[in-house]
Amino acid sequence: MNPSNVLEIKGLSVEFSTERGRLPALRNVDLAVPAGAIVGVVGESGCGKSTMIHSIVRLLSPNGRVVSGSIHFEGSDLLGMTEPEMRSIRGDRISMVSQDPMISLNPVLSIGTQMVDIQYREKLDKSRKRARAVTMLQRVGIPDAAERLDDYPHQFSGGMRQRIAIAMALQAEPSLLIADEPTTALDATLEVQIIHRLQELQQSMGCSILFISHHLGVIAELCDLVVVMYGGEVVENGTVRDIFHRPMHPYTQKLIECDPARMVEITRVQPTIPGEVPDLARLPAGCIFSGRCHLAFGKCHDQPPALAGQDGGHRARCHLTDPGPGT
Amino acid sequence: MKPLLELENVRVRFRTRSATRAWLAGIRDPFVDAVHGVSLQIAEGQTYGLVGESGSGKTTLARSVIGLVRPNEGSIRFEGRELTGMSASDANRFRRHVGTMFQDPVGSLSPRMTIRTLLAEPFKIHGLGNADLDHEVRRLLDLVGLNPNFSNRYPHQLSGGQARRVGVARAIALNPRLIVADEPTAGLDVSVQGEILNLLGKLQEELGVSILVITHNLNVVRHITDRMGIMYLGRLVEQGPTREIFRQPRHPYTLALLSANPEPDPDARINRVELHGEVPSLINRPSGCEFHPRCPFARKPCADEFPVTRTGGDHHSFCCHYPR
Amino acid sequence: MREPSPATPHHATWRAVWNSLKRVLREPLGAFGFFLVVLVIFSAAGADWLAPYEANKIDIRAKLQPPSGAHWLGTDQLGRDIFSRVLVGGQIALKVSLVSIGAALLIGLSLGLVAGFGPRWLDNLLMLFFDSVRSFPTVMFALAVVTLFGPSLTTVMIVVIVTQIPIYGRMVRSQTLALRNAEFILAERAIGAGFIRIVTMHLLPNVVGPLLILASMDIPFVITIEAGLSFLGMGVRPPTPSWGTILNDGYSYIYNTAWPVIAGGLPIIITTLGFTFLGESLRDVFDPKLRREM
Repeated sequence: MNPSNVLEIKGLSVEFSTERGRLPALRNVDLAVPAGAIVGVVGESGCGKSTMIHSIVRLLSPNGRVVSGSIHFEGSDLLGMTEPEMRSIRGDRISMVSQDPMISLNPVLSIGTQMVDIQYREKLDKSRKRARAVTMLQRVGIPDAAERLDDYPHQFSGGMRQRIAIAMALQAEPSLLIADEPTTALDATLEVQIIHRLQELQQSMGCSILFISHHLGVIAELCDLVVVMYGGEVVENGTVRDIFHRPMHPYTQKLIECDPARMVEITRVQPTIPGEVPDLARLPAGCIFSGRCHLAFGKCHDQPPALAGQDGGHRARCHLTDPGPGT
Repeated sequence: MKPLLELENVRVRFRTRSATRAWLAGIRDPFVDAVHGVSLQIAEGQTYGLVGESGSGKTTLARSVIGLVRPNEGSIRFEGRELTGMSASDANRFRRHVGTMFQDPVGSLSPRMTIRTLLAEPFKIHGLGNADLDHEVRRLLDLVGLNPNFSNRYPHQLSGGQARRVGVARAIALNPRLIVADEPTAGLDVSVQGEILNLLGKLQEELGVSILVITHNLNVVRHITDRMGIMYLGRLVEQGPTREIFRQPRHPYTLALLSANPEPDPDARINRVELHGEVPSLINRPSGCEFHPRCPFARKPCADEFPVTRTGGDHHSFCCHYPR
Repeated sequence: MREPSPATPHHATWRAVWNSLKRVLREPLGAFGFFLVVLVIFSAAGADWLAPYEANKIDIRAKLQPPSGAHWLGTDQLGRDIFSRVLVGGQIALKVSLVSIGAALLIGLSLGLVAGFGPRWLDNLLMLFFDSVRSFPTVMFALAVVTLFGPSLTTVMIVVIVTQIPIYGRMVRSQTLALRNAEFILAERAIGAGFIRIVTMHLLPNVVGPLLILASMDIPFVITIEAGLSFLGMGVRPPTPSWGTILNDGYSYIYNTAWPVIAGGLPIIITTLGFTFLGESLRDVFDPKLRREM
């Protein structure tokens, strides 16, 4: 493992056993989060984003199983840890913010109680913990944080709740924050506010963020590195400029093209990606995207391409950019 | 152009407490205005986009057009006929001229019905049950680009995009004059959103139907609508031709909305207009211009006087003391 | 590629039933429950053929015998064959529970739908009715009905129907209220569907599943009510064999022999376990939130 990486996933494959047989939800996924970086994961529904997060924090549903690969966090192998060891990492070294803040906030406890409660690892007295909670809430932008400490989650608006959820996640000063579509449920003007706040906090606290979103504009604005996922595979990764200015994989190119925010000219006919996401039970023999790719040629249909390109840099899983060892 | 739908000073009030509770708590007016003083017109064959954030009243306004919510004041005219105060049975009959699409693609389809039953239902409800329903179902599926064998599936067996297509098919089943589409692209992947918008555009061209789109997604509005209106706290703060508004937004709220639209380009440096705080509650409407507590350009009179609506040519109107 | 043959909705329903049954049978408890329920229904239905003796045939010389080859569960104080009486008693128990639960289900379902989807005042009125019935203790109510109509099978059924209606009614109402503002209901209203159509075609199919499961789990409860009332002498009249009267008879002679009490209690236990296990695994199959993906 590269010591400058906080999180490093190598060759991760995850299967779910279902009534339709075994579904390979993740196949050979590589991902690295360098210290102090914001890494964005983009992909449409069913691309395996959630499965990947659940594998990192080891909260896969009981029918899911890691088939192969490794997940290293700060040098130690998460997959080899005992459950108590894992518990000491979750919420302390790795914390999460989800799409719906009501999931992470307990509706019957005041936010002050909850903010103090998550500091149970600290050996501080209660008033000290409350003071720390107020500081954190102020940092995420809750006005009158000290007065509102005894309010309950339902007394806050959706945007405020999401800020509180972020404050709770950052209270333990984790080295990795996993943000799973944290702004999807929010209005555009709030989304911008929260993204800027997240950026500031990341810079001042020096943590890394794994930011999952399907919103390309947000990813472009916030992230340093980007990983594009499709059908359970990483199809391209690189710096944010690599991905948005020099996309190599046809899927990434199409995805950016489809974003209506991209198009300066007003068009009545929107670009689309024809076809459907492949069924995990019946994956194509070749490239995962071959069925929808307008550039697919002979080899794409029977040989799966490898993730190729600069080592540790801009890489894509495509036969067009990687001629392969045969040529 | 002749307006197909005309809204004039529409006001929808919601009760916040029951009459007894309000009396006990000493509240004399236990209502909020979800929609307040909204006037707009949609011409035949035109697409109108209604934009606003959550709680702006856009969905309530749309529901008052399709008759699910009764306006307390104002008038709604469809082809010149007054809809407010219509009897329930007249209103039901009127509904065949308006097709509706709801937000959740799968959740707006009755879960235990096959697609065939769902598509045949509008015909049965409006007494057209002796039409060749199998033929109609096939025709509708074909129009929205679905294979005929979808007719035996259930909603949960469809992807979001497919369910949305079924929703479109249901909306156009009886050849309506107007389609009211509430967040037609919500919950769909970017690559599928385009398909649905293209489908709506194609149908509009073929059937000459007018469309009222309710959305928070400005990109959708920009590409498919002719005119747009921006709602804030139940009022229309700006409306006009879409091109015009995107070129030169006059109301600061519109400006903020447009600039809060991140572009998929890491080097795009947008001149952001960031707003203070959050949308106030409908129960405590701010004084004067209701946007002033959040407005980055607010001046003294904004807190005291309600701004008059001004017109800036080509039916572009805005409600602001100091338009941009 | 071959296109999938178009299945008619009718076939689809039966396939769904078959699939859920298969899932129930895959769970050990579900399979056990299913086996017990089939056993109970089969023995009650075939009681006339299966019973080795006439249920009310008195043979005073053979009274209070322990189980033997001739009398599998022994005999009671009048020398009647307890096994035969248990079989015939099962008939009565099932008849009472199925008829009364069926009736309570129909009435509760209709009232619950009306309360949930109808106007507010009607909802308040129905809730008042449900609450007042429920606040009345079942035994007191049963005593009142018995005093009015005298002890009989019909009395038992009336008691069960009236006390079960609020339970089903409330459940249907709360589910209807939850669905009332669901988008598909709004969508139906928006295309002009009327009250009757929405209630019968769109609400009913979505509330009936959980209700049937609840009802199947109530069957043993009703059987114990019938047995209890009969045991107290307020249900089925003496010569007719019921599990309650068998218990009652056995109870009077418990110092002589314990067999009649065991024989009367055993079927109640078997039926209760069977329907409860079956109901619980049906609930697991139908409630997607509880279903385990395997």
